[in-house]
Amino acid sequence: MPIGTPFHQRTSELCTSLFFKDWAGYHTVCSYDTSHEREYYALRNAAGLIDVSPLFKYEVCGKDAAAFLSRVMVKDITRLEVGRCAYLCWCDDHGKVLDDGTVFRLSDEHFRVAAAEPSYSWLMRQTRRFDVTIEDSTDRIGVLSLQGPKSRDILKNVSDADLDNLQYFGLTQSKLDDVDVLISRTGFTGDLGYEVWVDCAQALTVYDAIMAGGRDYRLQPVGLDAMDVTRIEAGYIMNGVDYFSANHCSIESRKSTPYEIGLGWTVDLDREPFIGQDALKAEVLQGPAWATVGLVYDWPAFERLFNEVGLPPELPGGAWRTPIPVYNHKGAQVGQATSGAWSAILKDNLALATVQSAYAEPGTVLQIEVTVEYERRKVPAVVTKTPFFNPPRKRA
Amino acid sequence: MVMKFKNKPDHSRYDVVVVGGGHNGLTCAAYLAKAGKSVLVLEKRPVVGGSAVSQEVFPGFTYTVCSYVVSLFRPHIVRDLELARHGLEIIPLESSFSPLPNGDSLCRWGDPHRTRREIARFSAKDAEISTEFSLAMSQLARFTKSIIDNPAPNPASLNPGELVQAFRASQGLREANADQRFTYMKLLTMSAADFLDQWFESDVLKAPMSVSGIIGTFLGVRSPGTAYVLLHHYMGEIDGAMRAWGFSKGGTGGISEAIARSALSYGTEIVTEADVSNVIIKNGKAMGVALQNGDEIQADTVISGLDPRRTYMSLIGEEHLDSELTEQIGHYKFRGSSGKVNLAVDKLPEFVSRPGDGPHLYGDVAIAPSVQYLEKAYDQAKYGEFSERPYINMVIPTLVDPTMAPPGKHVISCFVQYAPYDIKEGASNWPQKREAFGDAVVDTLSEYIPNLKDSILHRQVLTPWDLEQEFGLTEGNIFHGELSMEQLLYLRPAAGWAKYKTPVRNLWMCASGTHPGGGIMGASGEMAAKAILGRHAA
Repeated sequence: MPIGTPFHQRTSELCTSLFFKDWAGYHTVCSYDTSHEREYYALRNAAGLIDVSPLFKYEVCGKDAAAFLSRVMVKDITRLEVGRCAYLCWCDDHGKVLDDGTVFRLSDEHFRVAAAEPSYSWLMRQTRRFDVTIEDSTDRIGVLSLQGPKSRDILKNVSDADLDNLQYFGLTQSKLDDVDVLISRTGFTGDLGYEVWVDCAQALTVYDAIMAGGRDYRLQPVGLDAMDVTRIEAGYIMNGVDYFSANHCSIESRKSTPYEIGLGWTVDLDREPFIGQDALKAEVLQGPAWATVGLVYDWPAFERLFNEVGLPPELPGGAWRTPIPVYNHKGAQVGQATSGAWSAILKDNLALATVQSAYAEPGTVLQIEVTVEYERRKVPAVVTKTPFFNPPRKRA
Repeated sequence: MVMKFKNKPDHSRYDVVVVGGGHNGLTCAAYLAKAGKSVLVLEKRPVVGGSAVSQEVFPGFTYTVCSYVVSLFRPHIVRDLELARHGLEIIPLESSFSPLPNGDSLCRWGDPHRTRREIARFSAKDAEISTEFSLAMSQLARFTKSIIDNPAPNPASLNPGELVQAFRASQGLREANADQRFTYMKLLTMSAADFLDQWFESDVLKAPMSVSGIIGTFLGVRSPGTAYVLLHHYMGEIDGAMRAWGFSKGGTGGISEAIARSALSYGTEIVTEADVSNVIIKNGKAMGVALQNGDEIQADTVISGLDPRRTYMSLIGEEHLDSELTEQIGHYKFRGSSGKVNLAVDKLPEFVSRPGDGPHLYGDVAIAPSVQYLEKAYDQAKYGEFSERPYINMVIPTLVDPTMAPPGKHVISCFVQYAPYDIKEGASNWPQKREAFGDAVVDTLSEYIPNLKDSILHRQVLTPWDLEQEFGLTEGNIFHGELSMEQLLYLRPAAGWAKYKTPVRNLWMCASGTHPGGGIMGASGEMAAKAILGRHAA
């Protein structure tokens, strides 16, 4: 039985649809109304406020904190400056990804790790030779993700943070309605946006202040459905959807290396030893077997398939995450699309897919399965560089 | 931010000159430039878009000045011209809200069960049949799609090319079953109200539905022929969903600007504040255009984005035309019947029937409480007066695009019918009646929104006269001529001249006065370009 997040009292009042789902043991809103459409457009044209408190959070403190995190993460965290965050992943000894997440450097000796999966035990097991403490702060800290082109104006209205100078992936401590909060310029929508981290005891004060400050900017409470569409547009992968944590895989073939899930860029390979390093070095030499790519359906072909049976093209109502086979030009299966969405803004039918490396070059035309009137058909889909949607304001 | 353009062309000669930078002119230009032509677009106003235009009329507030919603824009044009990449974004309207004078209201939503319960308060029967009606209409609209996406075939011709076109255009209808064909015939001949009477009993529901049949025409909801106009408004689609209407981000000027950006990316030159006086014609052939300032620009092909009367009578001139064609064009009906009131407000409208901020404000609001109300509004117009209590279609685009007004403030767009071009005092007397017309609109709305008057910071009133004088719409007709059967398909704008050609060689037409007609569709612009390039429309 899931429990409420620190913002549950507000979100449950606003969620007139009663569309909730279980996210890591918490009740979270899918969409506040019966359709997530208004929320989606708010994220792209105004702003949306998403309760992302179920993220797993760990406070890593102590004089060896940076060295410790550099040991367990694929990135060299000693080089992460105070006031910056880094997106990365971490692996097992065999270089297979356990999770992806974000590391925040709050001070010289205080880091926060945000993860998709419970990671306390695994982190603790690596601490032996390091002078660090780890606190599971998941239930102590609430997180609100304020995303969209108006998010900066709204936060400026309600906090004293110097947001004009807060760079993409920067973080700052500030007061929001007299409450101490941490504001990071991060998010899962691929847009201008911030995450506000607050102690649970003051969660509702912060929620109310942001909602009130956002009224003039048409801020909407936004659920996971709308966020899911935007994360596909942004090309962000999800643990448990687009890849699986090595810890949960009963078969080897289901595990992935960072290079196979498009996170090779987060790996700092040549440095002090870190977990999985040898395996990752070997992987680089050998070349990854798989690649995670963006796919864009060929619309005229897609539309034609439906028109042939007298139907208008049927588009998914929201983001989907049921894997679909992907084939090469000869009809041999070369991978699978793991999630996707119709992008109403880009006017493209998008998917994220894992394909054999030989088929990962942008521009490669693959075939993706489409079910038309109960019949399995195929349409061309072009391998496309992600993010599909990348507005300049994201980093501006 | 409204796009700025240069005021002088770089060259004195082009492959193609397009007169008028409305959305169709720009679409046509973009297709031709993409095909490798050197193209110059000449727009009289300082901004592009024609009637699909957004302007900061009052500081800080961007009005979607004339047209205000979109649905019919052809999805393949969005693809061909990469308009999403160039900034086009259509945000679907959530609902259709009809407040009633007795303090009650009806709201139709995207959620079918919510809609069913709303309608059931007025008629349990209508509540359930409305889904059947929507299905029937969307099927008919699908059959019609092949007609609007192909050039209009000439039924009087046995030319093989014409027969091929007729075959393509009728593809949808050939797929229809007998019942659907009967319904189609009824649609072509009936009035919107009579057509709806076959399905529904509740006036509260029928009235706001029937208005789609009169928009832009000088007819009432009980006038035969209006059922077709109803279908015309059902033919739109957004992302495969038929009958979906939406806001264009930034107002409808956002569409024009996206097309302009696309056209520029293919090398089109766009010049604003360039007023073309006439097409230069030698030996029955267009050689270029002459501007009001005396400049002349040579071109192999000249395309008019103006309406039929302005194209034939001003750009060409009667002296170059047969008397029979002159007469046909003279009889082509404009009869503008609508006006526009744009408001800047400092708070959201508070409806008596549904107080507070809420999703009912995110769609369109129809002041159409009964069929009789609409007929009465028409009665006044028939005798040369604007309706004191008009049909108003109101939208608040700032709810979904807050960049169009300062924080917390809003713009309200009101389409108003009837405002006949020929008022009894004479059309040129409209300026003296402009504010009285604006007052009638605000007074009407205030019956439903008591806080409206106090919230108004600025008001822009556009009468049919203004639409003609400022935007070049003859007699203020928003569709470049009425969408009545006798001037559609192969009769638009004149028998024998429905394929974007004119009797002047190398002079073509590309706007709403050609098949398939008005609304922000882009279809005329695209098909004109394809006709010029000698390609059949897809």
